[in-house]
Amino acid sequence: MKYFGKKLVSLIITLFMVSVATFIAFQIIPGDVVTSILGTEATEEREAQLREELGLDKPVVERYVNWMGGVLKGDLGTSYRYSKSMNEMMPVAELIGDKLPVTLWLAAIALVLIIVISIPLGVLWAHSSSKFLDAFLGVMTQGAMAVPSFFLGVLVIYIFGIVMKMFTPGSYISYHTSFAGFLGYLIFPAIAIAIPKIAMTARFLRNAMLGELKQDYVRTAYSKGCSKNRVMYGHVLKNAMMPVITFVGMIIAEVVAGSIVVEQVFSLPGIGRLLISSISTRDFPVVEILVLYIAFVVIFVYFIVDMLYRVLDPRISGR
Amino acid sequence: MKRKHHLKLNKYLVAGGIMTAVMVILAIVGTFWTPYSTTTMSAAEKFAAPSLHHIMGTDNFGRDIFSRVMKGLGTTMMVGTLVVVAAGAVGILVGALTGFFGGWIDEVMMRINDAINGFPSILLSLVVISVLGMGRQNVILALSIVFIPSFVRIVRSEYIRLRDMEFVNSARIMGVSKMRILFVHILPNILSVFSISMMIGFNNAILAESGMSYLGIGVQPPDASLGKMLSDAQGYMFTAPWYALSAGVTIVVLVLGISLLGEGIRRCSND
Repeated sequence: MKYFGKKLVSLIITLFMVSVATFIAFQIIPGDVVTSILGTEATEEREAQLREELGLDKPVVERYVNWMGGVLKGDLGTSYRYSKSMNEMMPVAELIGDKLPVTLWLAAIALVLIIVISIPLGVLWAHSSSKFLDAFLGVMTQGAMAVPSFFLGVLVIYIFGIVMKMFTPGSYISYHTSFAGFLGYLIFPAIAIAIPKIAMTARFLRNAMLGELKQDYVRTAYSKGCSKNRVMYGHVLKNAMMPVITFVGMIIAEVVAGSIVVEQVFSLPGIGRLLISSISTRDFPVVEILVLYIAFVVIFVYFIVDMLYRVLDPRISGR
Repeated sequence: MKRKHHLKLNKYLVAGGIMTAVMVILAIVGTFWTPYSTTTMSAAEKFAAPSLHHIMGTDNFGRDIFSRVMKGLGTTMMVGTLVVVAAGAVGILVGALTGFFGGWIDEVMMRINDAINGFPSILLSLVVISVLGMGRQNVILALSIVFIPSFVRIVRSEYIRLRDMEFVNSARIMGVSKMRILFVHILPNILSVFSISMMIGFNNAILAESGMSYLGIGVQPPDASLGKMLSDAQGYMFTAPWYALSAGVTIVVLVLGISLLGEGIRRCSND
């Protein structure tokens, strides 16, 4: 419990530091936001007025406190570019709220695919004594890891969409219209995200299991008459899963980040796509919040993995 | 270099070496000569399928794709090389000092390192790009910053491993200066580990660069880029699938070649 408290404090400090870093990064941007919104023709009064509306006339610390206070209260600020009506800019929260489910579902499906496929594959790989299978999986996984996610997305569109006609590329179905259709469409981008991660996780699990097989307890298990299956699944897999859990935590972080690119390939209206378009249009309030959001998710995932690790491995939690 | 005598050729080394050599030659030749001009458009030859004249076919403007792949390969490899050299140099410097001396500087540097590592690398490079703006120089700068922590980590752990070795202690007793111990005595011993992480870094830099160019926020035209070509090609998947395949497969061969080469070197030095 003491460990948990210590970790929680360090989590809060990390989150605070990340939020400060994000905020400062967007303060040193070259160019004036006000001129970029109004153009160079605007009068000085109009510029001063907008500066006041955006709160840019206040000192940096006060702006940070206002911004972070707003975020904690659920007020994420307003976009510079998207307008809700003639005189009102779009609140960032509304902009993101609609897009978040797309990204979360995409990441969830990809993660399920990764876990369901990579773990049996890794076990099979470590288990099998076939030289051919070993070489085959070695080549396949090495190849899968070399394919960048956006090219994989293009290939998935080409193979499943154009050649096999299993879905119509670009015909994204909103989850408001049909949830089943929405999930059906998301399967394909999820495959594109999952393939390289499946290869990595399977390789990692195999190596972890081969490392465990050299341990003394394996010989003991065999000598007391355990079958190969019992040794593999009852003893080795359990121990080999420990590093894999940390690895999967890293994979989750990468899946969240990887969906930024893949959303673009499949034209999915998720937060990754919003992030890219906001960077292109220099819509900084939106970029700030999205960066903060993704960083927070990643830090939380690491935190949870760390906790899980302590719970699962009595050797560590006993200390 | 005792390792050299044991350098047996294994199939990883051969396959990776051949793939990498072909890519390097194409990129270097591409800087001064390409079979066709990369900018001349020709309406008559729009979307020509791969043939003996155009081995990768032509694009929507009738430009030769192979020539453009050669140019793009040059850009991509140059970005990758500069990123790895810049991040590697900083990584060696910081990693050596923190690993060898330890203390509070080490603590502070490691916390900063952890904080940077907390961000997914693509997100961090996106932040840098959105702050600095797009273009080739900024991509190189962004990726260099993003890649420094991984190099620092590797160099630091090697220096921690080696700093109490006998040869270091002997050098210290002989009165060799600290800087000389750091960079003349210890540095050569970490090069085999470091060269493999350079290769991994190079691959990651290539993937990141082409990913950013694909998203339209990396290398900007007129600089050719494989990622940008792929995103242009995606709109013509029905009419000209070879366009997307040429650009994409080139990236895959480049990355696969280097990672096989790295694996081959690792296996050699382990035997």
